Amino acid sequence: MNAGILPYVLILPVTLFLCVFFLYPFVLVAQQAFSDGSNFTLENFREITSHWKFPISLKNTLLLAAAVVPVQLALALLMATMVTRMQKGRDIVLYIWTIPLGISDLAAGIIWLAIFDQSGFLNSMMSGMGLIDKPLNLLSYQNPGIVFLAIALAEIWRATAIMLVILVAGIGLIPKEYYEAAEVFGASPWKRFLRITLPLLRPSLQTALVLRVILAFEIFAVVAALGGTLFPVLMGETYSYQFDLLNNRAAAAMALIILAISIGFTLIILRVLRVPKGASI
Amino acid sequence: MTDAVASDLGADTRKPARFLYISAVVLLCAWVIVPIYFLLINTLSSPETVTSFPKPFIPEFDLGSLTFFAGFAGILTALKNSVVVAGLTMIMSIAIGAPAGYALSRFDFPGKGLFRLLILLTRAFPLPLLALPLAVLFIRTGLDDTAFGLALVHTTLAIPFAVLITFSLFSGIPIELEEAAWTLGCTRLTAFTKVVLPLILPGITASAIFAFVISWNEVFAAAVLTIENRTLTAFLLQNLDTSPLHLKFAGGFILVVPALIFIFAVRKYLFAMWGIANR
Repeated sequence: MNAGILPYVLILPVTLFLCVFFLYPFVLVAQQAFSDGSNFTLENFREITSHWKFPISLKNTLLLAAAVVPVQLALALLMATMVTRMQKGRDIVLYIWTIPLGISDLAAGIIWLAIFDQSGFLNSMMSGMGLIDKPLNLLSYQNPGIVFLAIALAEIWRATAIMLVILVAGIGLIPKEYYEAAEVFGASPWKRFLRITLPLLRPSLQTALVLRVILAFEIFAVVAALGGTLFPVLMGETYSYQFDLLNNRAAAAMALIILAISIGFTLIILRVLRVPKGASI
Repeated sequence: MTDAVASDLGADTRKPARFLYISAVVLLCAWVIVPIYFLLINTLSSPETVTSFPKPFIPEFDLGSLTFFAGFAGILTALKNSVVVAGLTMIMSIAIGAPAGYALSRFDFPGKGLFRLLILLTRAFPLPLLALPLAVLFIRTGLDDTAFGLALVHTTLAIPFAVLITFSLFSGIPIELEEAAWTLGCTRLTAFTKVVLPLILPGITASAIFAFVISWNEVFAAAVLTIENRTLTAFLLQNLDTSPLHLKFAGGFILVVPALIFIFAVRKYLFAMWGIANR
């Protein structure tokens, strides 16, 4: 076959597939969100934003992302630097730390339900230490703080691994010579981390943050398992518009709002962490 | 082994630092493992023990919860659906994604940048939301509530990874190997099947497993697109309010087990995959 057209033949299936199942659905979702069946309208957006649950679920989603992502970033950076210094047992430690990567958000929610539930392990531990004498109902509307904490912990537990993998891969790309040179000039480990690792890790940090922030706005099953209706989030509201209220126009409008927030944050992260031209490793 | 590297810092200042380092590593390992262990205890306890208080911290190896899980109406079908959808996703994403990965690693062609942008773009969008408009489209085409329809959506999720992973795998095979095969009378196709494919097969398997896990774990699209033929995640989600605790825990455990095995199987490729995907 002609080498000129071969690459196009090879990428054709993916391109077609993504056009049909990625680009086209975006057109459809926008169409649904902006129409009442035949005409252009903003009524769907007015309907969902005026609903009393909308401001709460927007606030909850953003607050959760703001609480979870920085902790995950710090934790992933710590784990990644720890693992690069490791001589013995690196493989087993990395395997353990990346286990949550394969665990679904629903399963993660259920795992933390086993801890925070009324008959869960947290209550058992507290009673074992003599702090309480009968189990407390921790995940109830009376304890919004604990519900938030449980969801945040489950998210941190589950999704730090994806950042860790990206950062470990990124640190692996940094040439060892930089560290050797810095050591020769007497830079402390902390200085080396600040002056070499962090700046050169910028592309990986970018990828990790974009991916993580988008996933944070998609949070759904963890919340469903732990908070149920106690803690409304955007994605959960989208689901209930589609499924419980059978209003797919409103669901589409919700989807567009989540999409807009995701794109907005992606652009901000790309801008803040932009890699100067020609400065890559 | 610390003695071997005893340096100008001296053993006194080193030991506490080393102790701190090791305990931090152990602590972080425990942070990952202990919650899974708790789930294991609950799964291997009788339904009565699951709701009792205080809880034992050692599993009693009672299969009551798991038998209840297996006997619960519809759950085995859901389990089967999950496997079928994940299997289809695995096959489709590799069959469609691998050729593109090969093209990206071997050719420079006009439009390559645009194509890479399209692939990367898919990662910057909350893809499960696409299930909403597709639900309407699928009803029109008769794909609604089928394993194949859901697998198509899951393939969209898995394809960017399949392309980028196979791209990094193919880039690891020197083109000289292929060129040598051409000079020895192989065509482009036979050179690929006889030389490149055997070298790449373990990596392809790893990325296929990765696609399987993506589909196996997906909740939102599965819950939106299936009604009768629910996958395990969709089934558990829909019955969260009504199902007893021991059913949730047993179901959660069944969801976790393949993940443990799969991550172990692909661990060697995990970092190579992401290293190249960052560029």
